[in-house]
Amino acid sequence: MTIALDLLAPYDFAFFQRGMVAATLAGALCGVLGVFVVLRGMSYIGHGLSHAVFGGAAASAVMSINFFLGAGIWGIISGVLIGRIARRKIIGADAAIGIVTTASFAGGIALLNRYGQARKSIEAVLFGSVLGVSWADIAAISAVSLAVGAIVLFAYRAFLFATFDPQVATVSGERVAAIEVILMVMLSVTILVTMRVIGTLLISALLVIPAATARMITNSFSRMLMLSPIIGAVCCLVGMNLSYHLDTSAGATIILVAAAVFTATYLLAGRRARLRVASLHHL
Amino acid sequence: MHVRRGEFVGIVGPSGSGKTTLLKAITGSVPPTRGTIEIADGIRVGYVPQVESVDWNFPITVGEVLTMTRTRQRWPRTSPSERVEMANVLDGLGLSGLQGRHIRELSGGQQQRVFVARAMFGKPDILILDEPTSGVDVRTRHEILHLLRDLHSKGSTILLTTHDLNGLASHLPRLMCLNREVIADGSPRETLIPEVLERTYGAPLHVLEHGGMPIVLDHDYTSSEVLRDTERQMRSERETRQ
Repeated sequence: MTIALDLLAPYDFAFFQRGMVAATLAGALCGVLGVFVVLRGMSYIGHGLSHAVFGGAAASAVMSINFFLGAGIWGIISGVLIGRIARRKIIGADAAIGIVTTASFAGGIALLNRYGQARKSIEAVLFGSVLGVSWADIAAISAVSLAVGAIVLFAYRAFLFATFDPQVATVSGERVAAIEVILMVMLSVTILVTMRVIGTLLISALLVIPAATARMITNSFSRMLMLSPIIGAVCCLVGMNLSYHLDTSAGATIILVAAAVFTATYLLAGRRARLRVASLHHL
Repeated sequence: MHVRRGEFVGIVGPSGSGKTTLLKAITGSVPPTRGTIEIADGIRVGYVPQVESVDWNFPITVGEVLTMTRTRQRWPRTSPSERVEMANVLDGLGLSGLQGRHIRELSGGQQQRVFVARAMFGKPDILILDEPTSGVDVRTRHEILHLLRDLHSKGSTILLTTHDLNGLASHLPRLMCLNREVIADGSPRETLIPEVLERTYGAPLHVLEHGGMPIVLDHDYTSSEVLRDTERQMRSERETRQ
């Protein structure tokens, strides 16, 4: 009885309820997009993008522009540019992406050091903050989740075709370039709305781990697309609760839970499943 | 060059001769630098990529490979009518009951046929195959040749590129030899001759005949007395025919 009460204790706090809803939605959202990130070998793009968005967030904070507006525009522009650089396969594209996004990240830190109010705000963006989750954040995450869910479901086959076989998709008249732009925009916006909960430094892990775990469990694309958001949401749910009881950072605890789930699956799944993960490129 | 409905045409030529570029131009993925490409209105192309270009580790089942091309159909669900159509296409290609299998779990011949099935599922007016026998074993090559002949006899129009002169090209009704320009166009007996092959490949190649079919020798057999006699005899026969 007391254990059950203890477990429910954090739910007495409104901030925890908000954080809980936001984190669970964020986990599901990152799980869906993570499937494309993992299968297209774009995990370094997710990583770079979150750093780029941080620069935009810092700049908008310093110039007192609305966070979603400032960081959003910045994030979408960098997302589309990164997508184009990556697609052209110019030699050194990852180097270029690395330089631009880390420069944006460093610029953001410098701006906040010089003009920002406190260290705390930097830490909140880097590592996420449950305390800081407002109803506006939840509204934003919900809106993006609905939009991403609708787009992925509605254009499911086109996304699958363009991801699996871009060459033949082009030949068959699919607008592969447009699909890639839509993916990059969805990824940028997702990073934007979830980074205040999970944190800039950890968000790319939430894009990769649930999807990679789902890949081990199934050999079917549709099932992977269903499993990955469930794994993401459950990891966030469990991680949030643990973070309260262990008094650890929410973002870090969520990622540790996800890593534990991945490791357990890896150990239990057998050799063939392990090979499936080995076959994922650029992880 | 013209390809008419119901034809079965192979394009041969060395690497860099423009085979793939020609296919890309036909399918509209690159614009032609010179000349024009005319495709009758509403022609649907079914494109079968090289087996080597497919990501075999992608999490995807045979059924998913087939349905992905029908992007007009929204939502992931496969409709009952699609299920019936899919079963028909798979049956026709000897892939019955494999819908739920991952593409990696199939044999070489089945793997190639899945991509032919995907193209056929789009009810194409013309089937275009890029090097359908590259990277496959002899048995699979036989399977593919039989399959394509079968599809052709049922009325499909087929255009393919190949490096495989004896295993595939010499079995086709019509061949085009390409090296930046069309060097010859006709039946294998007309196109697989030393004069054309030398201009196409830039190296002397010898041709023998076996059971009425030309066999191209891609080794240097110039020292062989027997070979020279056979070639001389074949040339004189050809001249008398003409």
